[in-house]
Amino acid sequence: MNPRWLLLKRNLLDFWKTFRRNRMGLAGAFLVLTAILAAVFAPLLTPYTPTETMRDAEGRALTFAPPSVHAPLGTDDAGRDVWTQLVYGARISLTVGFLAGFIAMFIGSLFGITAGYFGGWVDNLLMRLTDVLLVIPDLPLILVLVATVRQLELKVSPLVILILVIGLLYWTSTARLIRSQVLTIKERQYVYRARAIGAGNWHIVRKHILPQIMPLIVANTVLILSTAILIESGLAFLGLGDPTQPSWGTMLNFAFDRNAVSNGAWWFYLPPGLAIIWATLGCVLLGNVLEEMLNPRLASHHLEGEQSIVTQP
Amino acid sequence: MNRRDYLLRKIFFSLVTLAVVVVLNFLLFRVLPGDPVRAVIGRNVRISADTQQALREQFGLDRPVFPDQFLTALGQWARGNLGVSWSLRKPVSEVLLAKLGNTLLLIGLGQILSIILGVALGLLAGWKRKTAVDVGALTFSLIAWAIPTFWLGIILLAAGSTWLGLPTGGIVSPSNVGKPLYTVLPDVTHHLILPTLTLTILYMGEYMLIMRSSIMEVLGEDYILTAKAKGMSHWQVLRKHALKNAMLPIVTLIAINLGFTVSGAIYVETVFSYDGLGKMFQTALVKQDYPLLQGAFLLLAVSVILANFLADILYTYLDPRVKAS
Repeated sequence: MNPRWLLLKRNLLDFWKTFRRNRMGLAGAFLVLTAILAAVFAPLLTPYTPTETMRDAEGRALTFAPPSVHAPLGTDDAGRDVWTQLVYGARISLTVGFLAGFIAMFIGSLFGITAGYFGGWVDNLLMRLTDVLLVIPDLPLILVLVATVRQLELKVSPLVILILVIGLLYWTSTARLIRSQVLTIKERQYVYRARAIGAGNWHIVRKHILPQIMPLIVANTVLILSTAILIESGLAFLGLGDPTQPSWGTMLNFAFDRNAVSNGAWWFYLPPGLAIIWATLGCVLLGNVLEEMLNPRLASHHLEGEQSIVTQP
Repeated sequence: MNRRDYLLRKIFFSLVTLAVVVVLNFLLFRVLPGDPVRAVIGRNVRISADTQQALREQFGLDRPVFPDQFLTALGQWARGNLGVSWSLRKPVSEVLLAKLGNTLLLIGLGQILSIILGVALGLLAGWKRKTAVDVGALTFSLIAWAIPTFWLGIILLAAGSTWLGLPTGGIVSPSNVGKPLYTVLPDVTHHLILPTLTLTILYMGEYMLIMRSSIMEVLGEDYILTAKAKGMSHWQVLRKHALKNAMLPIVTLIAINLGFTVSGAIYVETVFSYDGLGKMFQTALVKQDYPLLQGAFLLLAVSVILANFLADILYTYLDPRVKAS
């Protein structure tokens, strides 16, 4: 067998041995995986389609019907099954979140590596750019951007606009993290030695720096995913989603606009929010645990432990 | 670092950020398709070709985009002229000013409450590390982070109006509109409870986390061990030596958080139909009122940049390391 594959397999096994003892990490992985599975197998989890209206014996639409055997989470204002919308909504929410997260991760890593490795004016320019982006309030900026792009009446789905806007704005924290890591790695002996025997920049980045920061990039990506899912839900709630392909945020937009609250239809506005928390909490737990395992920063302090250590004379 | 150099750098950075925002705002406005005259007076207004030409000359739209139009726009913005709202038919600056007070009231209350609660809880959690308090605080901040703001608002709205009989939206009851503020204060307070609670829960988690890690870091310093060796009680050590140093990051966080605060206001005001800048921003978005949207963006961005700068100045007074030399 290929020795590189064996090495990877051993590393993954070692990783799994540590990871499986971490309850928070396992809980996070469980939440993320179930959300992904629900999205992938949505058609198998429900007998209906998300746009299908449920009717009673006389053919009237069952609007705002409470949970029952036929509709486990009740129906919405148009008599559509909420559970069905929820599992199909997972597809939209997770797709937008994941794609936006990956774009952010890619840009962040690229800028972080470039800034950290080359230093000098490139570093200065990129870091000032992240400073500027950090100060400008993000939601108003996104809303103005999305509104302007929509005004152009391009023939693209609103979801594509959301993915691009989120992806192109949320790379700053990744860039800073990666940059600080690259700064320490590039000072290591083996990088100097590689350069001394004539290795080029591209070779050093690819063979010596990238493998070192890859685990950190993975951990950070999982964290970015949670941000992206949250932001998507917020923008969709404000009406920037695609009404024909409702995500969890769009469902909440419908529920709020169509007075689910005053109709007491808690089954309409409660589940999508819980689903968003499910997915984001999963990503945060998983991401935090991964990050902790990959760079442990331990701190204990002097007021910890027994008060009686200091004995009174 | 020298204090003067530090300030000069901060001023320069604020100016650069301001320039980015202004140029962005100008460019976005120009990106809008179709006739720029339409962008000024609105899409659906019927006007004759002559009037259009007159408007074009009046707004300087017949001159080149750069530098003429850019400088004109810059001059207008500097004088507070942000154009006319399409949907409200009023000057944008007038609309914004009318809503500003309400929003400041809401986010001010939310910030003050969350700072007090967050700092206190964070302090407790960091001091009593790995106890039930600490685990509870961490769990709370984790979940608070994962909850979408608007959804928390919807839940509190539903629960508060059903079980506590709290109002579902607005700032005052319809019967009290137009009366002087001090006579309707109880009513206003009533209306503020739910939105303020939402914002407090939302902001609190982060203050708590920062305070927790900050106090843990300070407590790990050697001078804390020295103080303890002198025989001071834990509470004395905390109060006399740890607290002041641990509070520093909170000042920075308040400034960094301002952008986040603004986002929270947009969601919360939308859910509670609270008559502030955030709700107006959302309405402008739905009605595609671009002059209003961009005026609001300019105002919010400039306020946040300014507040960040002020926090930086404040920081130099609080942190002796910046003051030195």
